[in-house]
Amino acid sequence: MMILTRARVLALATTFVSTSALAQTGYVSGNEFNPAISLILDGRYTEYHDDLELPGFQMGPESELPAKGFSLGHSELTLSANVDDQFYGSASLVIADHDGSTEVELEEAYLETLGLGHGATLKFGRFLSSIGYLNSQHEHAWSFYDAPLIYTALFGKTLYDDGVQARWLAPADFFLEVGAEWTRGASFPGGENDGNDGKALFIKLGNDLGQTASWQLGASGYSTRFNERSGEGHSHGHEEEEEHASELVMEDGDVDIIGVDAVFKWAPGGQPRRQQLVLQAEYFQRKETALSHFSEEDNYFEADYDGKQSGYYLQAVYRFHPQWSSSLRYDAITPDNEFSELDANGIDMEEFLEETELGSDETITRQSAMLEYTPSEFSRIRLQYNHRDWGEDRDDLWVIQYTMSLGSHGAHSY
Amino acid sequence: MRQTLIIIITLLTPILARGELSVFACEPEWAALTQQLGGDRVSVFSATTAMQDPHHVEARPSLIARLGRADLAVCTGAELEVGWLPLLLRRSANAKVQMHQPGYFEAAMQVERLGIPTSLDRADGDVHAAGNPHVHLDPRRLLSIAAALSQRLSELDPAGRAEYAGRLQQFQDHWHARITQWESEAAPLKSLRIVVQHEDWLYFNEWLQLDQVATIEPKPGVPPSAADQKRLLQTLSAQPPELIILAAYQDDKAARWLADKLDIPVVTLPFTVGGDGHSNTLTALFDRSLVLLLQAQGD
Repeated sequence: MMILTRARVLALATTFVSTSALAQTGYVSGNEFNPAISLILDGRYTEYHDDLELPGFQMGPESELPAKGFSLGHSELTLSANVDDQFYGSASLVIADHDGSTEVELEEAYLETLGLGHGATLKFGRFLSSIGYLNSQHEHAWSFYDAPLIYTALFGKTLYDDGVQARWLAPADFFLEVGAEWTRGASFPGGENDGNDGKALFIKLGNDLGQTASWQLGASGYSTRFNERSGEGHSHGHEEEEEHASELVMEDGDVDIIGVDAVFKWAPGGQPRRQQLVLQAEYFQRKETALSHFSEEDNYFEADYDGKQSGYYLQAVYRFHPQWSSSLRYDAITPDNEFSELDANGIDMEEFLEETELGSDETITRQSAMLEYTPSEFSRIRLQYNHRDWGEDRDDLWVIQYTMSLGSHGAHSY
Repeated sequence: MRQTLIIIITLLTPILARGELSVFACEPEWAALTQQLGGDRVSVFSATTAMQDPHHVEARPSLIARLGRADLAVCTGAELEVGWLPLLLRRSANAKVQMHQPGYFEAAMQVERLGIPTSLDRADGDVHAAGNPHVHLDPRRLLSIAAALSQRLSELDPAGRAEYAGRLQQFQDHWHARITQWESEAAPLKSLRIVVQHEDWLYFNEWLQLDQVATIEPKPGVPPSAADQKRLLQTLSAQPPELIILAAYQDDKAARWLADKLDIPVVTLPFTVGGDGHSNTLTALFDRSLVLLLQAQGD
């Protein structure tokens, strides 16, 4: 009885305090002075046969498949708040397993101005680049458990880097935004370079079509340089005893990427939570040149590398019930690289191309299907199937994934 | 010469029209109220329609563009728009309408709110720390909101101070009379036992002293499962409510099923301005809601 009474008094006191505090300020900004905290917990059970191979592409970081069986995905902790009346700040820590060890990565840590006037915004620190459509979205907001193949092939997963972004929103009744980024250019497909050679440009255009549909189109470009970009010499498909310690190093590289993206959303009655169809497509092309140096014990092969790779994905996501959606995705990527021999010792062009698989001009395709159940906005359970084809090779992947969001109610971008 | 001048003025009119206060209203009720209080001095854009669930709106590119050009954002607040407005504010690059700026107005924060939770746990569904945000359905609270909003319009556009004050006076006179009339019309509705879809009639119920016995949603924002519906039916069977109230934007499936089992009417109320063909103004919204309720009760 005593306890009950005290609890009631406390409850009343809390109500009183919060009402009066709010009545005084007149605003609620999520969390009085503490930053808004959001924790994403993500785990999966994965079933597949072969590791992801993308012949014709030098593999970037984070391009590997999740461990077979049970594994955790990205556990992501985001803290964000208005710093003062001029700046907004946000930091996202990602805790993930790579090669058996748990690593903490700082995926984003940026500050953004809250209205410089005339539609201008400046963002600085570490941030996901605004190129493409998917790139600036956090992994947990994707419609599939994995990134499209073209993203995996070109950026490892997504492009994020340290630098500044300036963007401008046109004073129009439709959406027109242009922006530029200047960054270190050190993250894949770039690398450490002499200057801060990462440069990106993007333009986005969008509007509504009546009350039920909306669209956005984008075009972007990114260029960077690297002094050295290394990767394992791939020697897949060989027997164990044939594997040697081989290394592929690209030197003095220039990377140029261009891309276009399109999104169309349709929700009957303008009620996206009840029923919605989202069609989405992106195309990227990368051209790069570098001096490639391949070595295997004392032998080596050096060549001028002139790479051209392109690819796209098309996807449709259909929410047919407030708690259920399903999606389909088609991926295709095509490499077209040329090498001209400069110097060699014990390795010839044929062996080099076979070992690195960079000479492949075979299109890799993948079909994915996904079904997800979202009991609330904060939880999601997803079943996904991938079928990948490359020449004579194929592989199937099944994954069951959960993604749960704890804490502050983050708004999702379009 | 005079002709040239007329032509120039005619050409300039659209540019001069930009002198109006550009208002971005999150919901139709605030668009209507701002228009009523601002008259020709404001141009109002409503981000949502009565047919949309204001909890779940996408931060669409068009909304970013509109908010980017606004001088004033008039929203419900109390976290109703938490899933989309914060993102619009950041993307809008508009210093004027950021929170804590004079160009940002939260209606729910101008009045005493009901349903402030004593504990915050997502296991309780989509709860709002600041209390229930659906304040616009109490015309008495609308009076306080109107006064605060009118004050804000004067701050942002001092040249129109006299006009805003006049329009507010007009609104208040009209509104006081209407409230008295609505309350007498609604007298038979007192203690009417109702079931609602979502907890968005709290202020309306308090005003008209309706007796809300249940919500169809098991928890705020959580759609009912078949088991939830059966359980609710069982609970209500002993002493069935008199009718079920739905907002125009809500899915009527669960309500129809329950109404059918209990043999009671479902009445879809406009909920906000534009919720049906008759409710084109705030006055009409309340007129129409009462007509529909009294009709349903009489059936």
